[in-house]
Amino acid sequence: MKEFEGNMLCLDRADINTDEIIPAKYLTESSKSALKPHLLEDLVLDGFNPETDLKDVRVIVSRGNFGCGSSREHAPWALEVNDINVVIAPSFARIFRQNMFNCGMMAIELPDEKVQALFELGAGKKAQLCVDLENDILIVTDGSGKELTLEFSISEFDKTLVKTGGWVEFADKNY
Amino acid sequence: MGKTIAEKIFDTHLVDKPFGDVSVLRLDRVFCHEITTPIAIQDLVARGKDRVFDPEKIKAVIDHVSPAKDSKTAMQGKIMREWAIRHNIKDFFDIGENGVCHALFPEKGFVRPGFTIIMGDSHTCTHGAFGAFAAGVGTTDLEVGILKGVCTFKQPETFKIEITGALRPGVYAKDIILEVIRQISVNGATNMVIEFTGPVVDAMGMNQRMTLANMAVEAGATSGLCLPDMTTVAYLWPFIKDEFKTPEDALAQYSQFCSDPDAVYAKTKTIDVSNLEPLATFGFKPDNVKPVSQMTDTRVDQVYIGSCTNGRIEDLREAAAEVAGKKINPGVRAIVSPATPDIFSAALDEGLIKTFMDAGFCVTNPTCGACLGMSNGVLAEGEVAASTTNRNFNGRMGKGGMVHLVSPATAAATALHGVLTHSERFKN
Repeated sequence: MKEFEGNMLCLDRADINTDEIIPAKYLTESSKSALKPHLLEDLVLDGFNPETDLKDVRVIVSRGNFGCGSSREHAPWALEVNDINVVIAPSFARIFRQNMFNCGMMAIELPDEKVQALFELGAGKKAQLCVDLENDILIVTDGSGKELTLEFSISEFDKTLVKTGGWVEFADKNY
Repeated sequence: MGKTIAEKIFDTHLVDKPFGDVSVLRLDRVFCHEITTPIAIQDLVARGKDRVFDPEKIKAVIDHVSPAKDSKTAMQGKIMREWAIRHNIKDFFDIGENGVCHALFPEKGFVRPGFTIIMGDSHTCTHGAFGAFAAGVGTTDLEVGILKGVCTFKQPETFKIEITGALRPGVYAKDIILEVIRQISVNGATNMVIEFTGPVVDAMGMNQRMTLANMAVEAGATSGLCLPDMTTVAYLWPFIKDEFKTPEDALAQYSQFCSDPDAVYAKTKTIDVSNLEPLATFGFKPDNVKPVSQMTDTRVDQVYIGSCTNGRIEDLREAAAEVAGKKINPGVRAIVSPATPDIFSAALDEGLIKTFMDAGFCVTNPTCGACLGMSNGVLAEGEVAASTTNRNFNGRMGKGGMVHLVSPATAAATALHGVLTHSERFKN
């Protein structure tokens, strides 16, 4: 199972699309690791610099419809090779969300107000987030001692994919 | 209680419900292209599972960058080619026979009403025009599809969108789908299937229905379906004539998938298109849509006519009618890419290619290239395109470039004037 904790990065815009996560020109790469320097390089967002702000990030928090657009699994892979295994948002595009869990990664949906609470605690600060998969809670600390605990839920199927490392082995064994 | 077409297709293809809300479906078709398939192939090889569930049900094409533009894209093609040979995948379309997947595969007769189809490509929803449940998936889902012929989906709810009224001249299926997306937004149908109904859809040919279904994903939908009818059967007849005595028999069989009158919909919406104008997107989201008439000061550097959305023969006819006997604006580069060899050939026979060339267009071979900024018409930073494609994301056709999505007629009129312009056939 992958690791689901560490520094949190807040990206304050809805509809961040797969072309912004990894531009199509890199889809000719045949290895996941080649995607590493190009994560979010086309995202134009006030106060965000992909060259410096992704360092040591482990969790991304964003707004609704994250991952819309293309079916490219290169989007989760670009996150994965940067050791970012969790994205939290009010909603996800279907294919992106499925791709995350298929890779044993997590796309956690939270109501707007909980996402807002994460933004208030984490935006522009050195906040850390830990996913407790046994108790279905997220624990967030902002570095100044403030702590926030939020419940979340994912389906039994999604949890199984996260725990077993993805859909290929599960499907080959069962079908 | 009645059922929707999507529910009926799920019922007839259900293999397992391992965790209550997730359905494992049997697949009738797994479509493959060279961008998302090679990594799946390599992963299967690495896992010691280099097998295919059924070579007859897998259809493959090299379309995204064709001919290969560099060593990396050449290698993607090579991996596909060797895999197709190794597994005896007969329906593999390589250079000379290849075209944009969502235009080529329907043309080859690979789609049927009631089918389940996946592909590692978000615009797979196009095939919903035939009354199939067709969905884009990622590489892992594709890999399992290739290996086992199954895929998981949550039972999708259905958003019924009824299109009524009568289109004015110069307004097309592309304008309708842009209006739908404007009204329901880019995630208005997320985790849902859109069912397109109503007299305007009933009157459409298959090519227009494909334009409609193609962009369902831009509203977040898993698939966009039209109900099978005589238009569907007539399109498919050359491929199914040995299976059925008459077209009526075929329709009787396919109609079993049609939504029941008492089917339950999560949402419904009726859009009267009688007053619809030719539309264009602005900004970087496909739901940012305005009438072209309000954007006529928008200068463009490039016009692109092609893609799985609007690269079919009717699209080329509409565009050629616009530019016949005229010259494109000297400040514009215009590119037309017929989506398949058959479309290219028909366009040659009909004189459309000559019309485009005389007007100053560059005619390219069938490929997806420019639509996603990979080849055959990439924008430079700061450049603006009017394009018949499906996504206007920031940098989609080239880093720093801006895309206005329009119909083929609008694209052609824009090429003549150098600024966003709708067809002369549209009278406000």
